[in-house]
Amino acid sequence: MTHWIIAPVILPALLAPIIAFVMRHDSTLARTTSVAGTLALFVISIGLTITAMGGETLAYQLGDWPAPFGIVLVLDRLSALMVLLTSALALVVLIHVIATKWDEKGRHFHALFQFQLMGITGAFLTGDAFNLFVFFEVLLIASYGLMIHGGGRVRLQAGLQYVVMNLAGSTLFLFALGTLYASTGTLNIADLAVKLREVPVEDAALVRVAAILLLVVFAIKAALFPIHFWLPATYSNAPAPVAALFAIMTKVGAYAIIRIYTVAFGPDVAATEGLIAQWLMPAAVVTLAVGAVGVLGARRLMPLLSFAVVGSMGTMMLAVAAFTPYATTSALYYLVHSTFSAAALFLLADLVVTRRPAGDTLTAQRPTVQNGLFAALFFAAAIGMAGMPPLSGFLGKLVILDAIRDSSFMTLGWVAILLGSLLIIVGFARAGSILFWKSTAEARQEEEDEAEDAAEAEGDAPADMAAKPATPLEVAPTMAAVALLALLSAAAGPITDFLKGASAQLYDRDGYISAVLPEGDAPNVAGTEEEAH
Amino acid sequence: MEIVVATSVGVLTAGGVYLILRLRAFPVILGLALLSYVVNVFLFSTGRLAINMPPVLQKYGEASYTDPLPQALVLTAIVISFGMTAVLVMFALGAFLEADDDRINMGDADEDDTAQKETGA
Repeated sequence: MTHWIIAPVILPALLAPIIAFVMRHDSTLARTTSVAGTLALFVISIGLTITAMGGETLAYQLGDWPAPFGIVLVLDRLSALMVLLTSALALVVLIHVIATKWDEKGRHFHALFQFQLMGITGAFLTGDAFNLFVFFEVLLIASYGLMIHGGGRVRLQAGLQYVVMNLAGSTLFLFALGTLYASTGTLNIADLAVKLREVPVEDAALVRVAAILLLVVFAIKAALFPIHFWLPATYSNAPAPVAALFAIMTKVGAYAIIRIYTVAFGPDVAATEGLIAQWLMPAAVVTLAVGAVGVLGARRLMPLLSFAVVGSMGTMMLAVAAFTPYATTSALYYLVHSTFSAAALFLLADLVVTRRPAGDTLTAQRPTVQNGLFAALFFAAAIGMAGMPPLSGFLGKLVILDAIRDSSFMTLGWVAILLGSLLIIVGFARAGSILFWKSTAEARQEEEDEAEDAAEAEGDAPADMAAKPATPLEVAPTMAAVALLALLSAAAGPITDFLKGASAQLYDRDGYISAVLPEGDAPNVAGTEEEAH
Repeated sequence: MEIVVATSVGVLTAGGVYLILRLRAFPVILGLALLSYVVNVFLFSTGRLAINMPPVLQKYGEASYTDPLPQALVLTAIVISFGMTAVLVMFALGAFLEADDDRINMGDADEDDTAQKETGA
């Protein structure tokens, strides 16, 4: 049974090269394989989640090498949840991409998509910090390709910026891992958890440096202030469905922060006591503020949605910074919610933007086809993102507010979340009314009619495109994402029970350590190694 | 020995960071290449500096050895940074050919694009 743990990594890793090399000239075959593979991944991750529900932490030793020496994959409730989230999101995005024919606008979309899934699931499953780096690189290199899918000047420039940013981040990651290895002699997360507890406070300088360097690396991925600025430029210039898939990428950073700073550098590690929360909390507050103000100030739809993503990361990180099991539960609930609400908004934006002559610029225009449908979906997704009832954003924010009530930064956190939500609601209301409502009351309508007639007479392609209504298959993924938000809200009880189990398991460090490390021998061997020096 | 390694790590990092801040594609690529070299040297030093020692455990006798793990890490890091540099060069080339400009900073281009769309609408 434990062999299934590696399946979410192996399956896309096998499919991607086959799609790239064998099926590159046959788009139907590539699509079918990609959908089948993602569907299989979804089924496997459901199976893994059911396994993980038992509450046992399962470790899979690659090549049967015992833990601190070999690489381990670890399946617990949290990693199973993240893999399930990834595969569900991937399925939704993939159907949208195929229905809207985005995959035909460039080459190798499906191969890159599968590599991306491999990197993400690997990063969630691994129990080794250096292996985490490797999977980060896998998902990044695939994301570089997806980011510039379709090409274009602005997109390539934004892509270059994104690559440079992440390469610098990867270098920093290596420096952090090197420092960590130099001070503890291990990179296995469970072994780190053991060793870091033994570091005396007087000798903790290097460990503290490593902890902060790692935090910076993960903060780049999670788009936290002051290193969030790559996200709006990247997401708003990436193809919209790819931006929807990237909704899980920021969560990889968030997951890494949750995993490393509760299991390895737990709150009970004397060497780094209180260090992480002290930096994470202000960063989260400012991120939330930046996101909210950005939503209010954005002049185009895609940057607006990107800033909404930044804001949601800030909200989530506030809960993470509290480092209590209850707060982590609330952060996980909000994580699931914000992934789907961001995906719903980006997918909807793709449907709307490709039908508007002005693209994603927020100016009043003639209504597009199916204005009512798009407006309703935007309304639903926006109240999800902004955190209004009845969708899951409201519950998520409510639980976060409750969870940080006992923490030292309660006042600041409450003010940030409530004010931020207000600004985001105003920003979305403004964008929605310009996009969908103002459109019919616009005086310039006749002029635009004429302009469009002229354009149509010349056989202008965008005008033709604008007239084409969305097929049910094109709208279905967006609806599915919104429906998942509703489901998350309706089934909040059982889901929260599962998440409570996940965070309880996360804070049960001894359980994690004993599941990964074989009884007793690991520290002894490491001990003799030190003596040999 | 320690002084030499530490100084070269410091100097190369400073050079790499300076070059990245130039915001032109070619210096940035060189800067990232410098950083990826320097991180490899740094990783070597994390296993403690040792000269003329085998990177394996000696089963027989009490011979000392150097830590093999950083060497494996460096090998992985070299492969990855090599591939990433190649990708970066291709990106920079693509962006340069599309935009006729090798600036990494894209604030102005973004404004131009918005302006074009606004006048178009």
